Amino acid sequence: MIRSQHRPRRRVLTYAGLCVAALAFLGPLLFMIVGALKPGNRVLTESASWKAFVPTSPSTHNFQQAVDRGSFLLLLRNSLIVSSITVVLGLVVNSPFGYALARFRFRGRRALLMAVIALTIVPFQAVAIPLLYLMSGWGWRNTFTALIVPFVANPFFIYLFYSFFLNLPRELEEAARIDGARQGRIFISIAVPLARPAFATVGILAFLASWGELLWPALITDDINVRTLPLGISVFRSVPPIDQGVILAFVLLAALPTLALFVALQRHFIASVARSGIKG
Amino acid sequence: MILTPTTSNTSVRTDEPGRRRRRRRPQLSSWLFLAPGLVFLAVFLAVPFAIAVRLSFTNQRLSSPLPRRSVGWENYRALWHDAAFRRALTNNLIFAAVVVPVQTGLALVLALLVNQKVRFVRFFRAVFFAPVVMGIAVASSVWFLLFDRQNGLVNGALDLVTFGHVHPQWLQSTHTSLIAIMIVSIWASVGFQMVILLAGLQDVAADLLEAAEVDGATPLQRFRHVTVPSIRNTLVFVVTMTTIFAFRLFDQVYIMTQGGPLGSTDTVLLELVKVGYERQQVARACAISVVFFLIVTAITVVQRALVKERT
Repeated sequence: MIRSQHRPRRRVLTYAGLCVAALAFLGPLLFMIVGALKPGNRVLTESASWKAFVPTSPSTHNFQQAVDRGSFLLLLRNSLIVSSITVVLGLVVNSPFGYALARFRFRGRRALLMAVIALTIVPFQAVAIPLLYLMSGWGWRNTFTALIVPFVANPFFIYLFYSFFLNLPRELEEAARIDGARQGRIFISIAVPLARPAFATVGILAFLASWGELLWPALITDDINVRTLPLGISVFRSVPPIDQGVILAFVLLAALPTLALFVALQRHFIASVARSGIKG
Repeated sequence: MILTPTTSNTSVRTDEPGRRRRRRRPQLSSWLFLAPGLVFLAVFLAVPFAIAVRLSFTNQRLSSPLPRRSVGWENYRALWHDAAFRRALTNNLIFAAVVVPVQTGLALVLALLVNQKVRFVRFFRAVFFAPVVMGIAVASSVWFLLFDRQNGLVNGALDLVTFGHVHPQWLQSTHTSLIAIMIVSIWASVGFQMVILLAGLQDVAADLLEAAEVDGATPLQRFRHVTVPSIRNTLVFVVTMTTIFAFRLFDQVYIMTQGGPLGSTDTVLLELVKVGYERQQVARACAISVVFFLIVTAITVVQRALVKERT
């Protein structure tokens, strides 16, 4: 505090830097919002100058079109189904796994821990094609199941839970055990409530990953009834008649749910991402 | 601690029958805790990966009347001689060589800025992080219009600054398309790295910085000799992550260019989708998967070696 009062020049420089950077980030966002309100033929003709940021003859026509012609609500529903189930199942599957690794002594524990750490290296994209091959054989193409199950168990999330539980004091759990509580009960009623930050971190990271996933839906679906938003954006952009205003309205609508969630839970989002770096 | 941790139950050797039952319970229940995860990991990660390796030595197609047969290293040999794949891999390498230093540098600058004790700092933090939350598909669609060669805002701004002398074709030219992809990628994800570096910066011991200041170190010296060594592991992590992301490049090119023009923005993962899905050559796509896995593994191994060296 004292330092910053001592150094007005540094503060000015900080603000200048922050504002220049903010301009670079807000510019495209503002362009998107303004363009979504404009008639489509004006989006590009007016985009090379300051007019790009002025909503000339604004209307909600583009949003109407995005919903009617782009089936936005259907895609939103699909994304909500896929992401929410992926997140919930992910928490249910990964948390007891990490807990068992941190708390129980059983044969093969060390080997399993090493295996989990080794598996964090395998990127999903390396198994996408064999999964496509397998699931095509099972008749799982164009199903929500196929969109969800590959992202449920995640070695990195298991590792996050593991290190969280490892650093959690065990006294409460011990007390419950002496009172005769069973493992499952101890986990659900004592460990899980204490691990809320870990659940928030994994939940948010899993949600961001699932909500943005494009490659896997592009491989495993070609039916709009199960199509999620990122692929929906990619498809809708190329369906004639191409109207830039409607496209911008469409992507703005697609960005709104996560942006709203982010504004509401900003601190948790930032903390979760920060925690994902505490590794190795 | 007076309480015996459960974890040591298995190591307690006793012949009391009552004790023995108790000793076995953790064994059984631990497998109950692990079972769902093990099933998912096995079916959707370990087994598919083993299948990728196996199929990469065959001629498997997505659906084919011909029986599968072994072809040895043929798929890998073909990849090595495949001009499109080599182009894609080269693009990933160029992309990584530019984006990793630039994005890490920018992320560090942003992290240093939002780490200052000034007003509205949380607002700025949120602004820089917003593109990460929006998703790459949204960002790519917006930047596709900004990069329009005739009417795009990017060229509009360039015209203004250079009086019309610099007017790149961006996504329409093989010379500039990858640069445009780089710009979008950095814009859309630098906030992520910023937040991770910010966490590192906030762990830098304040008394260490103050001691350096008292000793007369300039801000630059403090940054070089106190801050950078303190966040070294975080920096290594960010560089590794960004490098892996560079080889995972897919969403931006899938939406903005589909690899064009003339393969100038093709990437390894785009080839994976083209070969495995559009051309249905599963075996060859599996070979790409294995190569991709080896690249990512190599990067991770280097990172872990670098981190261990110090800690």
